Amino acid sequence: MAVGTRGEGSQQALDPHVLPVARSRGYPAPGRILTWLYTPIALVVGIAVWQLAISIFNVPNYLVPTPGHVWDALRDGISSGVLVHHTIVTAREIVVGYATGSAVGIALGFLIAQYRVAERMIYPYVIALNAVPKVAIAPLLVVWFGVGLTSKVIIAATVSFFPLLVNVIVGLRSTDSDQLRLMRSLTASGWQTFYMVKIRNALPMVFAGLEVAIVLSVVGVIVGEFVAAQEGLGYYISEMNALVNTPGMFAALLILSVMGFVMSQIVKLVARKVVFWKQMDDIVEGP
Amino acid sequence: MTAPSDMIELRNVSKTYRTKRGGDVVALQNVSVNMEDGEFITVVGPSGCGKSTLLNMLAGLLTPSSGEILLQGTPVKGPRRDVGIVFQSPVLLPWRTVFQNTMLPVQVQHRERKVYANRAHQLIDLVGLGGFADKYPFELSGGMQQRAAIVRALVHDPAILLMDEPFGALDAMTREQMNVELLRIWRDSRKTVVFITHSIPEAVFLADRCLVFCPRPGRLVDIVDVELPRPRDLPVMNTPEFGRYVQRIRSAFIENEEAPSEGALVSNL
Repeated sequence: MAVGTRGEGSQQALDPHVLPVARSRGYPAPGRILTWLYTPIALVVGIAVWQLAISIFNVPNYLVPTPGHVWDALRDGISSGVLVHHTIVTAREIVVGYATGSAVGIALGFLIAQYRVAERMIYPYVIALNAVPKVAIAPLLVVWFGVGLTSKVIIAATVSFFPLLVNVIVGLRSTDSDQLRLMRSLTASGWQTFYMVKIRNALPMVFAGLEVAIVLSVVGVIVGEFVAAQEGLGYYISEMNALVNTPGMFAALLILSVMGFVMSQIVKLVARKVVFWKQMDDIVEGP
Repeated sequence: MTAPSDMIELRNVSKTYRTKRGGDVVALQNVSVNMEDGEFITVVGPSGCGKSTLLNMLAGLLTPSSGEILLQGTPVKGPRRDVGIVFQSPVLLPWRTVFQNTMLPVQVQHRERKVYANRAHQLIDLVGLGGFADKYPFELSGGMQQRAAIVRALVHDPAILLMDEPFGALDAMTREQMNVELLRIWRDSRKTVVFITHSIPEAVFLADRCLVFCPRPGRLVDIVDVELPRPRDLPVMNTPEFGRYVQRIRSAFIENEEAPSEGALVSNL
């Protein structure tokens, strides 16, 4: 058997700890390029089918616009600066709300996990409050905090708070018992065990929470903007809706999707860097 | 016999667990034994014979129900700095490199980093992990991880090394090889070693003295002085003397198998 020239299989046999899936599959180069092309090809096909279906079945523009119309709406919106402005507003609300909610969730989760008093006093009510559908209180929050940025930030913070809180508690409490025994045998103090072992062990769960929370934050902000706002993509969508400008709605939806995708990818990327010893796919996926 | 030079001394040590139903389970009954400085002691016995309980008490992770354990002349009241432990699994912290893992005791016990960093590197070379110091545990095989765990147990230069079936999870070939290397490390470092195992050949191969334990209740039934010449290598396992030691231990199990003493409950502890 030839060893040395692209013989991936031959080396794996020697080292059982290198997972075969982590390696390249050993396809010849042209095949691999084709594999990479599958995704963009599917996109092109999808758009073509969309366009064709509309012309064949004569779907009116106000119901479903053609890709071309969406593209025009997108281009006009961006070049006039209108969509850019709304995008920035929404992105800012999401990021600020997400960061605030996550930070509070982590802090409170830490308190509940570490102190019995905090657990007894806070946790039951937190669980009860979690049962309230957060988007349902959006109108109330708008009444309290106005139609501007604050109400959206608070909605985003409220929805991202719970996944972080719960995951921090679970993460801090699920420390490997062998590791705890090791630390004890080394005469480690409670504080040493906490910062050397427990926090690290909780990180995968914390990041799983962060991934869930970013998605929820986007939803939260849009709902807030639907309720009452003067700017933002949610506001833009409902305005376009009122004008029966379907291509405009599609353009805003497209931006929103890309924004949500990019944000959750950033969180995933950071998670992979920080929790490098664990495959994030192994950890609980969000709703 | 009870000279102060004894490294480890057990006086009438018993451990009784209380079950949820209120019954008592005798995990270890009335064990008395002395271990000398630099001695390699193996503890062999089937599941439930109390050998892990014994080790956990030596480590200060459990307290005896009655009796007393002395290490270097002082009673064990909890985990101690003069003890190093190798558990059944390596228990390496996955976010730390091999070197950082081996330095954990130094960090926890606020020892001088510079001095012990040198020692850690020497030990890493000694166990054959040279070149892997900056690798993460998930990049190592099971045998290599357990070597790193041995370095971690030795890095702070403890007088006593406790090993709880450290090679149980390894395949037979790797295990034998690890045994040979363990003897080499022991020869170089001259620790008092207490090595728990359920493999009779392993117990004989490693031991100066082999403590034979039987279950229900967990008790010491025989102490075998293994006088095979050192340094030992794997071929010694094919000699007739080796076979006689193995046979003696095996018959100790058979003789004591059907002698459950009164009051002892069957349990899987």
